[in-house]
Amino acid sequence: MDAQQYGEEAGLKNMSNFSNIDLSLFAKRKRANKIGLTLSMSAMVIGMIFLLWILGVLFFKGFAALDISLFTQSTPAPGSEGGGLANAILGSLMIVASCTFISTPIGVLAGLYLSEYGDRSKVASITRFVTDIMLSAPSIVIGLFVYALVVAQVRHFSGWAGTPALTLIAVPVVVRTTENMLRLVPGSLREAAYALGTPKWKVAFKISLRAAQSGVMTGILLALARVSGETAPLLFTALNNQFFSTNMNAPMANLPVVIFQFAMSPYDNWVDLAWGGALLITIAVLGFNILARVVFREKVQG
Amino acid sequence: MIESTQSHSAPTPQALRIAKVQRIQDFLFYGITQFFALTVLIALLGIIISLISNAWPALSTFGIGFFFSQEWDVVQGQFGGLIAIYGTLATSIIALLIAVPLSFGIAVFLTELCPSSLRRPLGTAVELLAAVPSIIYGMFGLFIFAPLFAEYVQPALGGTLGQIPGLGILFSGAFNGIGILSAGLILAMMILPFIASVMRDVFEIVPPVLKESAYGIGCTTWEVVKNVVLPYTKAGVIGGVMLGLGRALGETMAVTFVIGNAHRLSPSLFSPGTSIASTLANEFGEAEAGNHLSSLFALGLALFIITFIVLALAKWMLNNMEKKQGLKT
Repeated sequence: MDAQQYGEEAGLKNMSNFSNIDLSLFAKRKRANKIGLTLSMSAMVIGMIFLLWILGVLFFKGFAALDISLFTQSTPAPGSEGGGLANAILGSLMIVASCTFISTPIGVLAGLYLSEYGDRSKVASITRFVTDIMLSAPSIVIGLFVYALVVAQVRHFSGWAGTPALTLIAVPVVVRTTENMLRLVPGSLREAAYALGTPKWKVAFKISLRAAQSGVMTGILLALARVSGETAPLLFTALNNQFFSTNMNAPMANLPVVIFQFAMSPYDNWVDLAWGGALLITIAVLGFNILARVVFREKVQG
Repeated sequence: MIESTQSHSAPTPQALRIAKVQRIQDFLFYGITQFFALTVLIALLGIIISLISNAWPALSTFGIGFFFSQEWDVVQGQFGGLIAIYGTLATSIIALLIAVPLSFGIAVFLTELCPSSLRRPLGTAVELLAAVPSIIYGMFGLFIFAPLFAEYVQPALGGTLGQIPGLGILFSGAFNGIGILSAGLILAMMILPFIASVMRDVFEIVPPVLKESAYGIGCTTWEVVKNVVLPYTKAGVIGGVMLGLGRALGETMAVTFVIGNAHRLSPSLFSPGTSIASTLANEFGEAEAGNHLSSLFALGLALFIITFIVLALAKWMLNNMEKKQGLKT
């Protein structure tokens, strides 16, 4: 009704110019527009409600479980009271740190290859394609692979086995971000260096890489964010350890697997600890993501 | 005078030496970076080879029928992958059916409707939500969503859609909150921000001139989206949806918490089932070496191949889109 009225008004106004305007068609188009845009708006609202709901629940339950013993005590035995996540936090930190140390050089060098030599080479375009696929490859299958490669050979689960599993997930992220960031470096910078007779490797390291420094940092941070929340590949590699342990050669507690086991358990204090741990990894993941954005934005402005 | 022209035409031995060293260094640099770039390829080949070799005992025992048999009996040592494959496909399809229209709406909102002051914060929020670890979605599904779903949504669905003959069988059974449908819904929530941010990126590629000329001849916003933006970005949108499908197929944690983990094939979407990833997560740690372990590897192989094909198609479409874009500018 409203749309029709509006249509009539508009029709009257333009009568002198467009006397043959089809009012019913005009109204129909306006109606379709209104319906489409309302649906789009409600999709946004529905999406936001669901996602805020998830985060709201997480923060509510997580902060309720958060206290000092979470960081000072180890995971409790079945049926016992209290306890914390100290061993799992430490284990996660150690596995993620060793993964970062391994995946950063591999990823950055591979990214250098793709951006410096990758324009015409067939190898590079295949690598790029495979890297893109590995970015979203099912992480549990990567866990299977590392199990077959490491755990089945040495016959025990270990923190060291968790490292390559996470590395395989982190490397593609670093490679692709590094390559994209290196491509943003203006060609004139490289050409100026070549004109002085600088060899290619020096141009790559001292000019391109230095100019893209913060972009590369962005990639590493994004990889960290991706890796710190991964659960599936650690299930059959690092496994879990109920006790405080810094031995990377033995099964190692880590936050995601502890959360998985505790959330599925019948003990209330375990479930609370799982919420606390879930809050911790979410804060870590979102923190790394936001940090990556800040680093990148500074670079673009500077 | 003569000396200086000579030094121009013939480089000194020192310069030659430096040039030689630099050539070797360049060659090493090329070799080393190429080696690391190839590690990704080697890893992919390694994954495929190790999956096939570990899955071989099961595949040779049960034959190709492994993928069509619904037997999964750990005690008897009889294994077939049909139930897990069905669960994986069913949950992913449900997730796509829900997430695609919603994320399309969100992408349209973010690119066409949103006031420009809100555009960036909302876009960033969607991207950040795509980064939330999947285990969070799983916990949310198990503790918050499933009880509410069982109490309110399932009876409502059973009372309405469940009464339709033929379709009703999909919505019958006990209302316990966990099952294929809940897993699909949680998956939908998880891939929603992911697909939405890809779609938004593709929509932003559309040259403003195209949209402005459509507005100029009097098109409504909806008509611009339907007749200009969508046809222009078709390949990219499909690519984005396929990327989301790839994520959904391989997702472990969000599904494992809510699917119920029962090896049972039931036509009802309310009944618990299992997916490839959740079977692996639940059974792999305790599996005995032999047919059980090998069957799990065979499931992993199936999952890897399915996702590989889906992701490769997605990438191919998105790349084509980029190429088309490159030709036009």
